[in-house]
Amino acid sequence: MFISSQDSPATFQGFTLVMPVVAVGNVGQLAVDLIVSTLNMRRVGYFHTDCLIPMAGNNPYASGKADAEELHTPAEVYTAAELKLAVLQIRAPIIQTRSKKFRQQLKSWIKASGFSRTVVLSSSHAYQRDDQQLQGTSLRYLMTPSLLAASADALKELGWREMERIPAFPGVDADAEPRLCIPGGGITKGLYTDGCAEDLPLAVLLLFCSEGDNIPDAFALVNHLNDWLHLLDGQSEEPNSKWKIPTSWSLLFGSGIPPALF
Amino acid sequence: MATFFGEVLSVYSRAVEEDEEELEENEEDEQIRRELEEKRTVHLHWNPEVSELLRAGNKVQCSSFILAVGHNAASFLSVYILASANWDAVGRGVAWNERSRSGTGPSGEGSACVFYRHKDEPAVLICHVTCHIAEDQLFQWTEKVFGYLQTRGLTVTVLSDSSVADYKTADYLCSSSAPFLRSLRSSAFSDQPVCQSLEQPNIITGLPAAGVFGVFLIQEQHNKPVILLGIFSRAIH
Repeated sequence: MFISSQDSPATFQGFTLVMPVVAVGNVGQLAVDLIVSTLNMRRVGYFHTDCLIPMAGNNPYASGKADAEELHTPAEVYTAAELKLAVLQIRAPIIQTRSKKFRQQLKSWIKASGFSRTVVLSSSHAYQRDDQQLQGTSLRYLMTPSLLAASADALKELGWREMERIPAFPGVDADAEPRLCIPGGGITKGLYTDGCAEDLPLAVLLLFCSEGDNIPDAFALVNHLNDWLHLLDGQSEEPNSKWKIPTSWSLLFGSGIPPALF
Repeated sequence: MATFFGEVLSVYSRAVEEDEEELEENEEDEQIRRELEEKRTVHLHWNPEVSELLRAGNKVQCSSFILAVGHNAASFLSVYILASANWDAVGRGVAWNERSRSGTGPSGEGSACVFYRHKDEPAVLICHVTCHIAEDQLFQWTEKVFGYLQTRGLTVTVLSDSSVADYKTADYLCSSSAPFLRSLRSSAFSDQPVCQSLEQPNIITGLPAAGVFGVFLIQEQHNKPVILLGIFSRAIH
């Protein structure tokens, strides 16, 4: 359930929604962090659900002492009205037995809010790729038929690769229908299949990765998204430098080391 | 995870499994799942006086709710506040889960989540928690507790307990620096801060975070005064 933090309820009519899925390496969530922090997006409310593990912290996008003290919760919604962009950031894992319920809550919120399209940022285990997936780029997309019809030209121009369907039992049953498989992708596949079944304009952008320092993966995914949505314009030699890294990314590898070591 | 050499390692992974194909659950599976869910339900038991009040459709009057979670925070309350003997135990919470001791079954004997009310100031309520509340029970716990409270003018204080090993800072923490306090507060909390606020990238999880989140439940608003005081110490019991 979305709860607005403002006096007047937020309107999302015609907005594009970008949201992550909690998946391998947290790439989608990191990419969304980059978007919110770079575009200086405004928090308009939060998502109230019993499907996420509770957490609380201070402002993850603080730029100084002045805005550091601000209470933040597991799922919050940010907007950039001039770009007609809304972002849902998810900061906690989904409780395992409630992933289906969470998917349903998301779906009904997306439907009720009137988003023009939804872009899901996700990732999948790199080690489970099959032979055809090993070649070329590690970025893939999926689009529901209703969005595909509207974005066919843009897709042709972008030259993106669609996520391959793979056989369920390779080499055993050659006649079996290949199926969509997103290992380590959490609710990604569920959201996509629901989107197809219910005619939601929804796209999934995903990246094959392994766990570790997934910051380069987040940059790859957010640059890929930017090629399509043009959130940030201007070409630079170093495409990563245009994104602003939030303060919450600091100390990724733990605290400082004891000076007595040296 | 098993390695090539046969030993089994338990590994923590951020990776999540793909959704299981929706299999048809047979009746027996469904019944087991339902029973397990029922067993994990959080129950609150109030003393006869409060029960009567609740039965009449009223809520517990409360202007200040103090939630203490964990050994250090709960011991602090026991020693400095509850020891004054001006407190009545008015209720207890029972949440059965995989870490419940065999003595504390669903019947709730020996409960480690107790509600106390001040004898002279009945609007001050303390919740003293030393048991483990599982991830899937946290939301339910807050929903139930805050559902019983009269929330107009309510201030919530959460005392939490964390290990200094979980605290991230760019400076090396020397042994003399622990224990120390950090706080998280909502914008509506107007009193002077008593300690430094919790720096990014540190976060609070578990029941203390659920307690903070519970405040948001109240009238579905962000602007309720809540302060979380977290103690980071070396000794964790």
